[in-house]
Amino acid sequence: MRRLLQRVGFGPRPGELDRATAAGFDATLSALLDGAAGAAAGDAGAPPPTLQPLPVGADRRREAADLLRTQVEQLRRWWLDQMVSAEHPLAERLTFFWHGVFATSVQKVRSASMMLAQNQAQRRLGGGEFRPLVAAMAVDPATLVWLDGQRNQRGRPNENLARELMELFTIGVGNYSEDDVKQAARALTGWRVDRATGTASFDRRRHDDAVLTVLGHTAPMGVDELVGVLAGNPQCPRFVASRMWQRFVSDSQPSPERLDGLTEHAATMRELLGAVLASPEFLAPESVLVRQPVEWLVAACRALGVSVARQGAAPDAMPDAGPDAVRGGLQGLGQQLFAPPSVGGWPAGSAWLTTAAARTRLAVANAAVARADLARVRDTARGERVRAAGELLSLDWTPRTADALAVVAGDPPALVALALISPENLVSA
Amino acid sequence: MDRLTRRRFLVASGVTAATALAGGATAIGWHTLVQRAGTDPLPPGHKVLVLVTLYGGNDGLNTVVPVDDPAYHAARPELAVAARDALPLAGGLGLNPGMTGAKKLWDAGRLAVVRGVSYPRPDRSHFRSMAIWQTASPESPVSTGWIGRWLDAAGGDPLLAVALDPVLPPALAGATTAGVALALNGASAGTRASAPTTGLRPPGGAVGMAFRGLGAAQDGEPELQARAARAVRDTVRAAELLGPATMAPADPDDGDAERTGGASAGGRSALAGQLDVVRRCIELGAPSRVYSVSLGGFDLHANERATQQRLLTELDGAVAGFLDRVGRGPRGADVVLAVYSELGRRVVANASDGTDHGTAGPVLVAGAPVQGGLYGEQPSLTDLDDGDLKPTTDFRDVYATLLAAVLGADPGRILDGHPGRVEGLVSA
Repeated sequence: MRRLLQRVGFGPRPGELDRATAAGFDATLSALLDGAAGAAAGDAGAPPPTLQPLPVGADRRREAADLLRTQVEQLRRWWLDQMVSAEHPLAERLTFFWHGVFATSVQKVRSASMMLAQNQAQRRLGGGEFRPLVAAMAVDPATLVWLDGQRNQRGRPNENLARELMELFTIGVGNYSEDDVKQAARALTGWRVDRATGTASFDRRRHDDAVLTVLGHTAPMGVDELVGVLAGNPQCPRFVASRMWQRFVSDSQPSPERLDGLTEHAATMRELLGAVLASPEFLAPESVLVRQPVEWLVAACRALGVSVARQGAAPDAMPDAGPDAVRGGLQGLGQQLFAPPSVGGWPAGSAWLTTAAARTRLAVANAAVARADLARVRDTARGERVRAAGELLSLDWTPRTADALAVVAGDPPALVALALISPENLVSA
Repeated sequence: MDRLTRRRFLVASGVTAATALAGGATAIGWHTLVQRAGTDPLPPGHKVLVLVTLYGGNDGLNTVVPVDDPAYHAARPELAVAARDALPLAGGLGLNPGMTGAKKLWDAGRLAVVRGVSYPRPDRSHFRSMAIWQTASPESPVSTGWIGRWLDAAGGDPLLAVALDPVLPPALAGATTAGVALALNGASAGTRASAPTTGLRPPGGAVGMAFRGLGAAQDGEPELQARAARAVRDTVRAAELLGPATMAPADPDDGDAERTGGASAGGRSALAGQLDVVRRCIELGAPSRVYSVSLGGFDLHANERATQQRLLTELDGAVAGFLDRVGRGPRGADVVLAVYSELGRRVVANASDGTDHGTAGPVLVAGAPVQGGLYGEQPSLTDLDDGDLKPTTDFRDVYATLLAAVLGADPGRILDGHPGRVEGLVSA
């Protein structure tokens, strides 16, 4: 049950684990999945920030860079706050998942509005069928800039987008030939991006309308036909299910039989996630994941009842109250929203458990705790505070951690901060 | 290590926090550092390996340029480096015009160019190819990196290998030991002195005690949870030794469009800053034998020439500056630096004046113990494998040579018995 709330939600708020336990696994799972439908319908959260166009011209580059940086910070705060405050977190969880799959960075895109539009498309389409999602992503303006798709023209192919579309977005390495990459690149020719409006358009004159052969299918192809071939390839649902498995169940691959079962009935991504979570492996002791820094931070904020974004009375979860604070904490942990390290997305597993991260994490935890109302721990008898901190975070301590935390039981903020960076809270076990 | 050196090390880290830390209040660990550097420094004559990873797939043909080969100019008329611009080496090759520091190293006999390096049946995926380079296992995926396996064999001290990255490169992950990852950027950069070290109070403090306690081993916990505890343990050790050196600021959003033009295959940099921390660690007597640093942005499918030259200039300035400064210090004779990228580019330019993913590329090896010159055969530009270079040198030959000649290890145990070497590359 805790796994469910940690992985589908970003983590339980105080009391949620008890309520979910009372309701039972199946009821909680379907409530989490149905909640996504409600959230997608638009009943959740604050509207995204309004983003002014960036100034253009060589003499205004510094100004544009400053404004871009501000806008990206606004976006990050807005999205983190959506995750922290979501009543039905699955929509945000899925959006975060797709952001890691169709990993696109503002570092090259250089436009907060394009990043926001991509994010909104992932939120809108992320629970539905895979084909419309990948079709949207293949010609999404941010994707096109990120993977040089707007440079890909008839007679002047650029393979970047075509390769990653196959390798990282749909069927996975080993399931296509170098020739498939070359042909698929030609199918994707003709798309352009208008930076002023942040939109993509198709220019037939730049498109290669030759008969192409990709994965054994021969026809004149545009993006819809190519996406049809890729999404219709038997490897595609297996690839998508594997990626979901690795973020929701464990780093190890599902068995071929399990993959078959998962891909057989799931038409939509929400159904696929439901099937993944209903797998016996999800409940097995081996299902342990390292929480990514964003997941860890959002879970901490949810448990502590603090907000990332709102200024003033509601606390800021970072070391400084200034606008760089959110970025600082997550940057130090190696995971900044809208800036994945590469088109392959963020790492999983023990890659996050580095010494560099351990140091930063404590600073971030201290800052989050400093703004939180710790009455539930403070008002508990000293001898019971370690247990109370576990309840706050919905965790059970090992003797090791209970002993370590007991040392600071007289100092509730330190106790909770150290609880947040405990090995138990860094994984979802 | 005397006081003055310690203070210089801290202050030169370029961090406001450093002086405060050097001044006292939270300066735990530095006593231990001074002690360990004094009583247990890396003994003289123990060589140090600095690995520079170029993320994104560097175009080797525009790095070490076959200027005299007409096929080169024919294959990429707009993209080719003109013969008059290249910095001449030997054998019809010249360096990219941005690499003036490397040219000086070459002239001094301290730059080796190992040509045509890749592995059998090269993979054109960034991710798979980088995994192969870092694990040194081209045939089948393995979960350990080549440096990690060396750590395992060398006795399990994580500080033997240090990466200047927030996440650990797979190369440094062993089966039982992982190297230490130290972020150069991050909260430790822009924030106050208290940010990165708040919890690392003097060992007597309750928070410090509790923090250490969280790193204790616990029977029966899940493997990943045990790894989280181990990271705390390693943090305490590493912080004692290297803590405040890790705080040079870097702003990932600061960079113009050209600089980040090839960003989609990963990596960002402040390579000079990373190497400066490496130099300070070396001069301080840190027990580390391997340092891993990186520079990203080489995935240049479009408008490659100017951007690559800018990146290579950045690489060159950082590497030459590092070797020059380290060379003037007491450990100058011990440092070997190697530069590689996960894949090369196609011989023929694409129509966006960039190059798509290819195969082999040069590995550059430099430093005082290095015998400068050309190694391996230059791949042919006319006898191609479906438009790509045919590799002439197995990358494990280079690794085996570095393991044996720099780290004094038995390469056979680490590279699954791979027999090849690059003879004469590094003097013992």
